[in-house]
Amino acid sequence: MDFGFSDEQELLRGEARKLLDDACPLDEVRALQETPAGHSPELWKQLGELGWLGLIVPEVYGGAGLGWLDLIVLLEETGRSLFPGPLVSNTLAAATLCDAANDEQRAQWLPGLADGSRIGTVALLDEREAFRPDAIRLSGQRDGDGWRLTGEKRFVTDPTSADLFVVAFRTGDASEALALGVVEGGAPGLSAQSFPTLDATRRLGNLVLSDVRIADAAVLGTAGEAWPAIERLLDRGATAVAAEMLGAAQAALDLTVQYAKDRVQFGSPIGRFQGVKHPLAEMHVQLESARSLLYYAAWALDESPDDVPRAASRAKALMTEAFSRIGTDAIQLHGTLAYTEEYPAQLYYKRSKLVRPLFGDSDHHYDRLLRLRGL
Amino acid sequence: MNFSLSPEEETFRQEVRDFLAAELPPPEERDAGFMAEWWKKIRAKRWVGFSWPEEVGGGGGTLMQQFILKDLLVRARAPMLGSDYTGLHWVGPAIIQFGTPEQKARYIPEILDGQSIWCTGYSEPDVGSDLAALQCRAVRKGDTYVVNGQKIWTSLAHFAKSIFLMVRSNPGASKHDGISCLLVPMDTPGIEIQRVHNMGAGGYGDMLNQVFFNDVEVPAELRLGEEGQGWEIICSALQSERSGITEVNRHATSLEDLIGLAARSERNGRPALEDASVRARLGSFETRIEAMRLNGMRALTNQLRGNLHPSEASINKLHNCDLLVEMSDLALELQGSAASYYGKQDVVIDAGRWQMAALSWPATVIGGGTPNVQKNIIAERMLGLPKD
Repeated sequence: MDFGFSDEQELLRGEARKLLDDACPLDEVRALQETPAGHSPELWKQLGELGWLGLIVPEVYGGAGLGWLDLIVLLEETGRSLFPGPLVSNTLAAATLCDAANDEQRAQWLPGLADGSRIGTVALLDEREAFRPDAIRLSGQRDGDGWRLTGEKRFVTDPTSADLFVVAFRTGDASEALALGVVEGGAPGLSAQSFPTLDATRRLGNLVLSDVRIADAAVLGTAGEAWPAIERLLDRGATAVAAEMLGAAQAALDLTVQYAKDRVQFGSPIGRFQGVKHPLAEMHVQLESARSLLYYAAWALDESPDDVPRAASRAKALMTEAFSRIGTDAIQLHGTLAYTEEYPAQLYYKRSKLVRPLFGDSDHHYDRLLRLRGL
Repeated sequence: MNFSLSPEEETFRQEVRDFLAAELPPPEERDAGFMAEWWKKIRAKRWVGFSWPEEVGGGGGTLMQQFILKDLLVRARAPMLGSDYTGLHWVGPAIIQFGTPEQKARYIPEILDGQSIWCTGYSEPDVGSDLAALQCRAVRKGDTYVVNGQKIWTSLAHFAKSIFLMVRSNPGASKHDGISCLLVPMDTPGIEIQRVHNMGAGGYGDMLNQVFFNDVEVPAELRLGEEGQGWEIICSALQSERSGITEVNRHATSLEDLIGLAARSERNGRPALEDASVRARLGSFETRIEAMRLNGMRALTNQLRGNLHPSEASINKLHNCDLLVEMSDLALELQGSAASYYGKQDVVIDAGRWQMAALSWPATVIGGGTPNVQKNIIAERMLGLPKD
């Protein structure tokens, strides 16, 4: 047993931190959030050249051929820097293709996702935070050797940046009669819309499909039997989002700990007072514990598939509690300074709100843990 | 990162499993003579003091093997690994770390054989969380220390054979530097014990005492470590007390029982397991128990790599405290008014185990340093915040 990262993984962490510190400091994040795309195409290209967009894509399809433990190292760093870009979306689209697509489909789409020439995302939900098979309603009608898709996907991450969508749709009335299909950007009848978000560093919105046709060759696996693959995608999504949350929460906690050391009131650094130091200790306890759960979930994704559902739910649940607390208390412990637009605490706070419901909040996952026990 | 076991570790795991299958009857079939027999058998396997060095009589097992052993024992609801909990968990490790060869030869075998019963002399009437301010005085006269003072909340003192006693040996030094540790037989003249009954009203875990020292003469050879090394010994012993996989699995088995209770209970006229708040709390317990398990494994990795942060155990101590309080509380809540029955009558649900849990958690939560003390430790030693 070994609960540490390898030298290569530590090297990746160091490289990612350096690149993001240089190319994407918070000033740049703030500038990019005002742009329509919301991220820097130049930096995206650079990540592609470094192999980070296809980190878990097999080498034969143009990726780096690494695993989830490597991926979460990178995502922890992009979370820490509040990197604005469709990295999680793109990675999840690629991960779904790796998991559920056949060789031709992989060869067709994975190289583009890995080198940055295309951007992928996943479109699963029809309604708010309903991670049940019957809540996926986007209709698929049989049409010769393909399907005609009609409906609206909501809460899609990076809908206007992406040009490749992995879409969950319904093939019949039975609860789990579902399929996953790839819809190409620009397909007739497809439109995407981003809405203004609380956390302006991220893009979120709708994907509307009006009679969009996809061929059978674009359906991943057997049409009507996709629910297990969708569940695996949800677990991957929860783990990936939790990894970015860990980095962002740690940055917010570090910022606040440093402030507690520097800020003097009543003749003393405020970090000396138990009203300040105890909440910081509690946040550290929660975050370190969520960190342990996340690392295990990533290991399970690589090595122990049967453990993944429980491990992913536990990780996302506790990470969500930790980041929600840290996002809020980072502001409270700073005082009014943190209320200002200029100070970075608000950026972490907003991020904590945006990521909480993504792939399920704490209560969803606590409930799911009981369902996984058959209760 | 790798959570698999090596082939050697798998072999050891199987050995433990086979032993448990052959030697451990289910809890309801364990009779009066079972405990003594059990301790003899695990002692013969050298599993008591399993990770202690062989030269002092320990099992010489690796930290990983010890982890595997404790993991399986608690999952199987086996009894503790020996009768002298205090001796095995922190007095023994402290003697191994700080003791003279004579002290090791004298005390370690009897701890391993279950012949000793240690108690711990830390708290005093005026000294609790600020432990380093302790006042119980030891004056050196020739080859003897003369001890005068009082200890309180001393668990087990009323039947302990020895006390792991912290005294102020040098009032002129700073408060941390003036403390020494003495290993004192409880039958030494001048020691007087008074019981302090806890809120369990004579029930489970009624172990507290006051201990008075009046001109108690202790041979200097019974001092553990150097004069003035007491605080270092305390810190080391408290970390031993705060760590371990045992608590994790105890919570895991408790959670199974709690889910069982929930499955038999109703809330607002509906099965309790359909209640969203009950489900969220149970799921949260499971999550935190597993976080404790993984935190422990991370700490073990750091220990094996030689970079364990000495305060890491405080993280799991805080989870341990929260879980003890919250799980017993939910259990009583699920019982409704029946939770008020206490004792041995039939109306008491699950033979009163949850009432006992609700009346006994302070022993663990407050013993070994309150949660607020743990938060100070984490904030100051791990986050680098200024000391109070």
